[in-house]
Amino acid sequence: MTPMKTLVGLAAGAALTMSAWAADPVKIGLILPMSGPFAAYGKQIEHGIKLYIAQHGDTYGGRKVEFVLKDDNPGTSGDIDKRLAQELVVKDKVDLLAGFGLTPSAFAVAPLATEARKPMIVMNAATSAITTKSPYIVRTSMTLPQNTAPIASWAAKNGIKTVFTLVADYGPGHDSEAQFKKTFTAAGGQIVGEVRAPVKNPDFAPYLQKIKDTKPDAVFIFLPPGAETIAFMKGFKERGLAQAGIRLISTGDLPDEDILDAIGDSALGLITSFHYSEAHKSPENQAYVAAYYKAYPKDRPNFMSVGGYDGMHLIAAVLNKTGGSTDADKFVDAAKGMKWTSPRGPIGIDPETRDIVQNIYIRKTERVDGKLQNVEFDQVDNFKDPGKQ
Amino acid sequence: MTLLFDGIASGVLLFLISVGLAVTLGLMNFVNLAHGAFAMAGGYVCVTLLNRLGVPFLLTLPAAAAGAALLGVVLERLLYRRLYRASHLDQVLFSIGLVFVAVSSAQYLFGAQQQPLQLPPLLSGQFHLPGMDIGVYRLFLIVVGLALALALQWMVAHTAFGARLRASVDNPRAARGLGIDVDRVFVATFALGSGLAGLGGALGVEMLGLDPEFPLKYIVYFLIVVAVGGSGNIKGPLLASLLLGLFDVAGKYYVPQIGAFVIYAVMLVVLIFRPQGLFGRVVAR
Repeated sequence: MTPMKTLVGLAAGAALTMSAWAADPVKIGLILPMSGPFAAYGKQIEHGIKLYIAQHGDTYGGRKVEFVLKDDNPGTSGDIDKRLAQELVVKDKVDLLAGFGLTPSAFAVAPLATEARKPMIVMNAATSAITTKSPYIVRTSMTLPQNTAPIASWAAKNGIKTVFTLVADYGPGHDSEAQFKKTFTAAGGQIVGEVRAPVKNPDFAPYLQKIKDTKPDAVFIFLPPGAETIAFMKGFKERGLAQAGIRLISTGDLPDEDILDAIGDSALGLITSFHYSEAHKSPENQAYVAAYYKAYPKDRPNFMSVGGYDGMHLIAAVLNKTGGSTDADKFVDAAKGMKWTSPRGPIGIDPETRDIVQNIYIRKTERVDGKLQNVEFDQVDNFKDPGKQ
Repeated sequence: MTLLFDGIASGVLLFLISVGLAVTLGLMNFVNLAHGAFAMAGGYVCVTLLNRLGVPFLLTLPAAAAGAALLGVVLERLLYRRLYRASHLDQVLFSIGLVFVAVSSAQYLFGAQQQPLQLPPLLSGQFHLPGMDIGVYRLFLIVVGLALALALQWMVAHTAFGARLRASVDNPRAARGLGIDVDRVFVATFALGSGLAGLGGALGVEMLGLDPEFPLKYIVYFLIVVAVGGSGNIKGPLLASLLLGLFDVAGKYYVPQIGAFVIYAVMLVVLIFRPQGLFGRVVAR
């Protein structure tokens, strides 16, 4: 071997080391409920993330992304989330924190993100105030007021003068009730009755009867998507409230694609406002739905999967923009004002609040090709979270 | 009137989902917190047969009961029988552990989502009598529930099997001495309790939903019914369920702000005046 060749070899070796350093993977700590009562949330969000990686590869800004997934079952106990986030930061040395199925987990981890200077991408948790809890939080899902206000305005504009509200007695229920009342009464509507039902409520009969006897133009409900929603809607149909001229309106997480089939035909005619529907008509969504069914034939794409998908898109786009840097300030600066077309439609990150700005659609639940779908027929463009105004 | 009907239906639903526990805890004196797991098993048998194999709803009910009873026999032979003489605390720890196993298994096998259930047209809808709206499914529940209660009460109080059962629980040694095959009586009774749980679970799917969390979600209701009703008989839990159902519905209708707590208030009042339950036997065990 000539000296010259040795030198070239050394240089090549050095270059290899250099690029190996540059290509140090970006570690993303995912905190999601993967078991327990909210396991369906975690599963859907994970599906969204994996689908994005399968479609677009795993290297952004010259760096590979890797995931460390932690199950925060039940997802409602902040202490567990705090401990998991600590482990991710200290032991696994993650660069980003992401996921967060429910509000308590996002609230608990926010101070840690600030202290450890880690960007935190919220992919579902929907309480309005979350983004105010740390300057490093960016949200790609939705906020509850953002989805509640449009249905209240729609109701007021479409001949609904009196509304009975029924919400589950917990944080999101109260928020939803407050926002609905605010928007609806400001538009001239009247609330003729309000009930807070226990979160685990096995029988809605008395409430339904009360509503039937009160005879409002519509009932606005907010219940945890799942058994309660199903029980309420079945009861609504069984008791003939629709025939009595009462309309049922809610936010779109209730007839979410994940549980829509379990609600069955009782959901027909329900009017909701939401940011994502499997039936959204756009080429991006058609591609997304097709890819989703190919990857997960047993599940239906829903808003949580899109929250995960868009969250991953945000991470990818920011890494491309910063050349792979995950410095919290740079990351958040790059994310601010970012706009793209998601399967749900055009969306962006509000530069002031780091929260999502998106179209909210008014939909009606119908059968399309034999399948229950939320069909969009009206929309509010580029709607910011009204909860922070 | 509609309210009264709904209250009774609500109570019977409580009875149906708890009657299995009234048998295992009430009659056999085994603190079986895993009762909900058997109910859930019945529920899954029902929806699986209904949705995947197209079996008519009414035929899935006996299958649900049989499936849960079979599961009960297997678990009784393998696990439960070892704990009959253990302290109540051990029984609690064991059966709550079993609940977690059941929750995870259900999630693995069926996924975390709610299971859909479409009732046959025969059982859905409402019909109207003067001054009263009657839900067909609710009426069906009432009929099934009352029939079950009568049959069970008769079995426990008036048949030889009932007598053997009471003897075996109260004094297994003496019962054995009299030639009663205590082991067999216990298996049969446990199977009966599990089967009833399975039936209740299947009947409850329409109103309570079905997901892997089922055994934990409604555990409080099972226990309230048995606590208020008292152990050792069937009419206690039945009357307790009706009482709780009526108060629950009336409370939620007339005072919706505090309606959710009425059921607990009723339990408190009953237990203050009758700590052994409405029809409990006053025995120190």
